[in-house]
Amino acid sequence: MGNEKLHLDTHQFKVVGTRPVRPDGVDKVTGRAAFGADFTLPGMLCGQVVRSPHAHARIRGIDTSAALALPGVRAVVTAADLPDLPSEVSTGGESPINFRYVSLNVIARDKVLYEGHAVAAVAATSPAIAAAAAALVEVDYEVLPHVIDVLDAMREDAPVLHEDLYTSGVEPKPAQASNVAARTGFTLGDTAQGFAEADIVVEREYSTAAVHQGYIEPHAAVASYAADGMATIWCSSQGQFMVREFCAKLLGMDVGNIRVIPAEIGGGFGGKTTVYLEPLAVALARKSGRPVKLVMTRGEVFRATGPTSGSHVRVKIGAKKDGTLVAGEMVLKYQAGAFPGSPATLGGMTGFAPYDIPHATAECWDVVSNRPKCAAYRAPGAPMAAFGVESALDELAQLLGMDPIELRLKNAAKEGTRTLYGPKFLRIGYAETLAAAHAHPHWSAPLGPNQGRGVASGFWFNIGGPSSAAVHVNEDGTVEVVTGNPDIGGSRASMAMMAAEVLGIEVGKVRPMIGDTGQIAYSFLTGGSRVTFATGKAVIEASEAVVAQLRARAAKLWKVEAGEVEWRDGHAHCTKTDEAREPLSLRQIAHSAGKTGGPISGAVSINAAGAGPGFGTHLCDVEVDPETGHVTVLRYTAIQDVGRAIHPAYVEGQLQGGAAQGIGWALNEEYVYDAQGRLQNAGFLDYRMPVCSDLPMIDTVLVEVPNPGHPFGVRGVGEVPIVPPLAAVANAVSRAVGLRQTQLPISPPRLLAQLDSKGR
Amino acid sequence: MNKHHVTATVNGEPVEYLCETEATLLDVLRDRLGLTGSKEGCGTGDCGACSVLLDGRLVCSCLVLGVEAEGRQVTTIEGVANGGELHPLQQQFLDDAALQCGICTPGFIVAAKALLDHNPNPTETEVRYWLAGNLCRCTGYDKIVRAVMNAAAKMREEA
Amino acid sequence: MATVVLQGDLARRCTGGLTELEVDAADYRELMSRLGERYPALVEAVRTHTAVAIDGEIFQDPLLEPIGPHSEVHFMPLIGGGAPPVRRLG
Repeated sequence: MGNEKLHLDTHQFKVVGTRPVRPDGVDKVTGRAAFGADFTLPGMLCGQVVRSPHAHARIRGIDTSAALALPGVRAVVTAADLPDLPSEVSTGGESPINFRYVSLNVIARDKVLYEGHAVAAVAATSPAIAAAAAALVEVDYEVLPHVIDVLDAMREDAPVLHEDLYTSGVEPKPAQASNVAARTGFTLGDTAQGFAEADIVVEREYSTAAVHQGYIEPHAAVASYAADGMATIWCSSQGQFMVREFCAKLLGMDVGNIRVIPAEIGGGFGGKTTVYLEPLAVALARKSGRPVKLVMTRGEVFRATGPTSGSHVRVKIGAKKDGTLVAGEMVLKYQAGAFPGSPATLGGMTGFAPYDIPHATAECWDVVSNRPKCAAYRAPGAPMAAFGVESALDELAQLLGMDPIELRLKNAAKEGTRTLYGPKFLRIGYAETLAAAHAHPHWSAPLGPNQGRGVASGFWFNIGGPSSAAVHVNEDGTVEVVTGNPDIGGSRASMAMMAAEVLGIEVGKVRPMIGDTGQIAYSFLTGGSRVTFATGKAVIEASEAVVAQLRARAAKLWKVEAGEVEWRDGHAHCTKTDEAREPLSLRQIAHSAGKTGGPISGAVSINAAGAGPGFGTHLCDVEVDPETGHVTVLRYTAIQDVGRAIHPAYVEGQLQGGAAQGIGWALNEEYVYDAQGRLQNAGFLDYRMPVCSDLPMIDTVLVEVPNPGHPFGVRGVGEVPIVPPLAAVANAVSRAVGLRQTQLPISPPRLLAQLDSKGR
Repeated sequence: MNKHHVTATVNGEPVEYLCETEATLLDVLRDRLGLTGSKEGCGTGDCGACSVLLDGRLVCSCLVLGVEAEGRQVTTIEGVANGGELHPLQQQFLDDAALQCGICTPGFIVAAKALLDHNPNPTETEVRYWLAGNLCRCTGYDKIVRAVMNAAAKMREEA
Repeated sequence: MATVVLQGDLARRCTGGLTELEVDAADYRELMSRLGERYPALVEAVRTHTAVAIDGEIFQDPLLEPIGPHSEVHFMPLIGGGAPPVRRLG
């Protein structure tokens, strides 16, 4: 089957839509590309973090003297080396960034809140000495009772993590501190009226486990600190400007005194949109006077970096006999980990988004517990809510005897549909993905015994935001495009392609580069499915600025008005016909740039608006082994409205990768804790992500409904693909075994227990 | 700490190094020999990002001690290309867009090379099971498997 | 007159339950200034961690975005997808 593309608007592009080899590719297939842990500096020390063995404890004291006395140890830091930040919400967020929480998560002060919570860090002349020194740091803990599960953490008698945390968003304001950080809600219409009109109601509770982003590259940073107060950090992250800002805040430094140089990043998926090691590396470098390298082990990654929330989701849907949806209600309880900030609100906003439901509510609860602080994971909050809604719709379709795709088509959101969170949709392509799914051969292929087919849809907003780009024309007509966004999935290629398209030259003549914080103007991080959209827009505008200059230079050379020069196919053409003028190539104009006014370049910084939301519909076939409960994914098709695929292979890659993560989330991935609140499966053997032999080929269909908010029609694509798979897989299993799956992961022991109790 | 003097051949070149008893071959390659193409993803032999060939056999270098390389041939990702000429697998990974972040790519190429060295005509299932020891979180494996099969086909044609 | 539509919670806290407000303004800054005259609590509540949708288009950090005579304005939580976007005060 493979990969298909459906164009719904036509435009003649020369470069956009082709598949050139990515510019950084050779370095990546030869091992030359430098990731965070690949950097070394002369005189560099090795760092190691000291972490709590307890899930919840008060820190009565930390004695670093023995560690400091060990020969080869050059510095030890604790929270005392960082400013004690007040609990102010100084910037905004879907859950506000409280830098005090970020700081406390980077290194604990007064209390440790999860096994693995950092309490100190050491720097020494070798890894072995650093490890020995870490073991010599003595921490006096007063162990406290802990709580892991979100429902347990909500109970009145639960151990309280933060004595100053009072639930926001409830009336009256609570008198007692609790683990319930916040409640938010959304209302559309009147659900009491809506449910009263329903002929049929489906109401279910679902649960999902916490899952980790699972990037193969552990966090790594190298920091140096010069005597004049300038810190330089080499690290892999999803945003060098974010690292700079967070380190400045956490260390009490001026932003201008920190330079962050982005390494290649070995996967992020949202998990590297915050800092863990960087502030500690700088603090150690500052104290020791030497560069310091800090790298996490895989165990540390699992114990101490953000997974996404586990959840409890209750969904109630009401419909008419003919399948028209009349009312929807959802209650979401998400676990935030040790500090507030789960994406429960986003779950509430996205769950019903693909549907035109006149009456709906979402109630979203953010709850803390003694687990690592959660971090963003690809469409944060959406997959869990979609799992509930899409499973409920599947059940509804079964009860009505309706094709589940037709049920969705009947109620599909379109341009002008009112969302639960307020605004109406502009141009979207959801119905087109459903139509493509319905027409796809996968939907009508025959199934065998113990096999089932599931369909599910999903939504994500996609964001724009600030981005900068600079386009420089070299003397020989080659071009550099500099942007400030780390390349996680092949975006460098897309930047080069968009510039080449505007300039009218071969993409091989355009060299994309990623600048550090000192080399390019501010760019918001790589995340939110924003780079091809927002940074792409900046690249296009900077390229257009260059084209304007090229036309002006040609006009000078020809002694005509700039308005009498057109730019076409990489050449300046004179529209004035009084004499013959040979078109001038970019190369020719570049060559004489010094004579016509100096070097030619364009730099643009924008705050990109107009990001179009994305929708996906996935089809999944599974086969269940009734003797072991093992689920095999036989066939998978991911269909998504991608706006316009600049480089189709990398867009397909996003769909395939997101689907694979969702399949792992549905079938195997979860955190296993013991009675002491310690993580039992902090490694890839037992935190079971999909391997090559678990998956079939993942077919993709790229539906292109161009986004009017971008010059080439681009929509963000990276996050949508992880939203449908949880329910697509669960619906397939439910149909294969005749038992509705409401708990993820559907691991073999769980499924087998269900089958056994059903006597199959 | 007790250090051992080891002589071995890495990517066809003789090397010698000192290493502690507990140092892994991966540590030696990255920290002593400056060959940072092999990556540490887990340190426990579960992700394959550190894959190298030891006397032609595919191993996780994080599970081999530095001292075990004494007198043996090691091939790392840096030794897969022939000077400036990419191996067909490397070229195919590029042509088929079989990488996104690229951190697992060295491991996959070394592992795939080991497969094709002894089985030039693998089925899709054989490819998937051979590569089950290499984790990728970005691609869902689809394009990787296609690239390996396409490279195998090209190599058979040229043979 | 542009219409500002509020979710129930925000309306209960800031406008005595009024979920639709009519405001005459040419851009977002003017809109907030006019709203501030009648509902200072509302302006304070949406100063941070709130995005704004104007006629369906979402802005994370608005100031001078134009508002038309029939525009619809909604306040909603900021969307990250990564670290939450920075919405600077002032």
